[in-house]
Amino acid sequence: MTDFLNAIVLFANFVFVPGLAYGAQLALGALGVTLVFGILRFANFAHGDLMAFGAMVTILVTWWLQSIGVGIDPLPTALLALPVGMAGAVALALLTDRWVFRFYRRRKAAPIVMVMASVGVMFMYNGLVRFIIGPDDQRFADGARFVVSARDFRDMTGLDEGLVIRQPVLITIIVAFAVVAALFWFLQRSRMGKAMRAYSDNEDLALLSGINPEKVVAVTWVIAASLATIAGVLYGLDKSFKPFTYFQLLLPIFAAAIVGGIGQPIGAIAGGFVVAFSEVTITYAYKRFLEYFGFQPEGLVQLLSVEYKFAVSFVILVLVLLARPTGIFRGRVL
Amino acid sequence: MSFLRGEAMTGGYGGADILHGCDISVERGEIAVIVGPNGAGKSTAMKAMFGMLGLREGRVTLDDTDITALTPQDRVRAGMGFVPQNNNVFVTMTVQENLEMGAYIRDDDFQATMEQVFELFPVLKEKRRQPAGELSGGQRQQVAVGRALMTQPSVLMLDEPTAGVSPIVMDELFDRILEVAATGIAILMVEQNARQALNIADRGYVLVQGSNRFTDTGEALLANPEVRASFLGG
Repeated sequence: MTDFLNAIVLFANFVFVPGLAYGAQLALGALGVTLVFGILRFANFAHGDLMAFGAMVTILVTWWLQSIGVGIDPLPTALLALPVGMAGAVALALLTDRWVFRFYRRRKAAPIVMVMASVGVMFMYNGLVRFIIGPDDQRFADGARFVVSARDFRDMTGLDEGLVIRQPVLITIIVAFAVVAALFWFLQRSRMGKAMRAYSDNEDLALLSGINPEKVVAVTWVIAASLATIAGVLYGLDKSFKPFTYFQLLLPIFAAAIVGGIGQPIGAIAGGFVVAFSEVTITYAYKRFLEYFGFQPEGLVQLLSVEYKFAVSFVILVLVLLARPTGIFRGRVL
Repeated sequence: MSFLRGEAMTGGYGGADILHGCDISVERGEIAVIVGPNGAGKSTAMKAMFGMLGLREGRVTLDDTDITALTPQDRVRAGMGFVPQNNNVFVTMTVQENLEMGAYIRDDDFQATMEQVFELFPVLKEKRRQPAGELSGGQRQQVAVGRALMTQPSVLMLDEPTAGVSPIVMDELFDRILEVAATGIAILMVEQNARQALNIADRGYVLVQGSNRFTDTGEALLANPEVRASFLGG
């Protein structure tokens, strides 16, 4: 019995809890991608680097706040700086739309042209972030590290294994839940949210109903950039901030959006968790877990080493596009 | 002077002209129907009156005001409602949300208008929480007409409202359209089912190759042997 409980705790500690936090971060990123796809009808490759930009602004403000001694201990100072980061990312996204995407929208450019333009934008953001903060790893997390430490847990339960709940993980889950609830309320209940859904559903009929497309597009960028910044900061708090990592996150985020059904907000969330849990369960070494059940495996029993975790997203992406291109919740076909 | 009038409309979608000096007009409380063979420019004529294609010559007036230069969106604000032939509902949104979107440009309370639409189409009230994409063809058309009515238009334009619905549903839709006209709204529609449509029409236009071939009351057109032989299948 104790062995069984130990195995469960071990699994929760190394697979379930990290997967939950990572899934929430991917879901927030995928929500932005899916909203932009639903309204502007192109896959925005610059989304990962928009996350990096928003996170970077947040980090700069966090450092400034730390230097003047302002904080909200035990919570990380970054949460205080987050609104400024969101505003920065929103401003960047709106300017990009004004200078780049609007031009192609007015010419009724094909989606692939918009995608290519977004790749260009991605490189611009990429350079901008590296120019300002540099390509290296940045630390900005402060406040309490643990909500439940391994020792606390072991003392509490008397088990050999500890279940660690780090503060960034808890913050990620709470913030993601609140943001998603607010977003769904907005889309389902508010007049603007309904107008966005109408525009996404049937552009011509939305125009006939007097919905202003430029306003819908602007609100979409505001939401997507805000979500990107929140996702980027939560990811940075949980792991660390490195511009290149955010570029790499593009793949699991797109996999999440497509698995769930692109254009479907609920799908982005489901997809985020599907991709996150697939990645974590496939790259976890089950040796110790199996030992609790009396097995004596010789190797680590790891299906895939962590360095190859992006292959998981890639395989999921290919499988979904082959077998069910509309995704779990019947979105559009990319 | 008619309430809504398109005069000597000439134009097309950029290439060759589709309309050649076409005249269409409709009065408040009346039903005007445009019929004619395939490719006669029926839908084009109606779209021209709604501003969906540029006119090279001619003009469109609404209540004696020249609206030729207005965009379709501005014409909606001016009191024109348009029900497209295809994709005329928001399939992922509920019936009620479809009606709300119809009232998007209204800042006042549109609850009373929604009640009127539900009175006109009782089945919509029953299904108001259901996504419009799950409804039958006839019910979808009711949603489409209801959506257009939400702005309380003075003119309602319908592009083949009975395309693809059964004869029973068609009769019912025509009954509803008569009711709408009776409230003082001018109705202009393009119809494939010429005979049934002319039956309820105060005024009928037979278009051939983008210009008026016959213009008369619906009754007179149905009685006209030439129209019967050429356009109504005998």
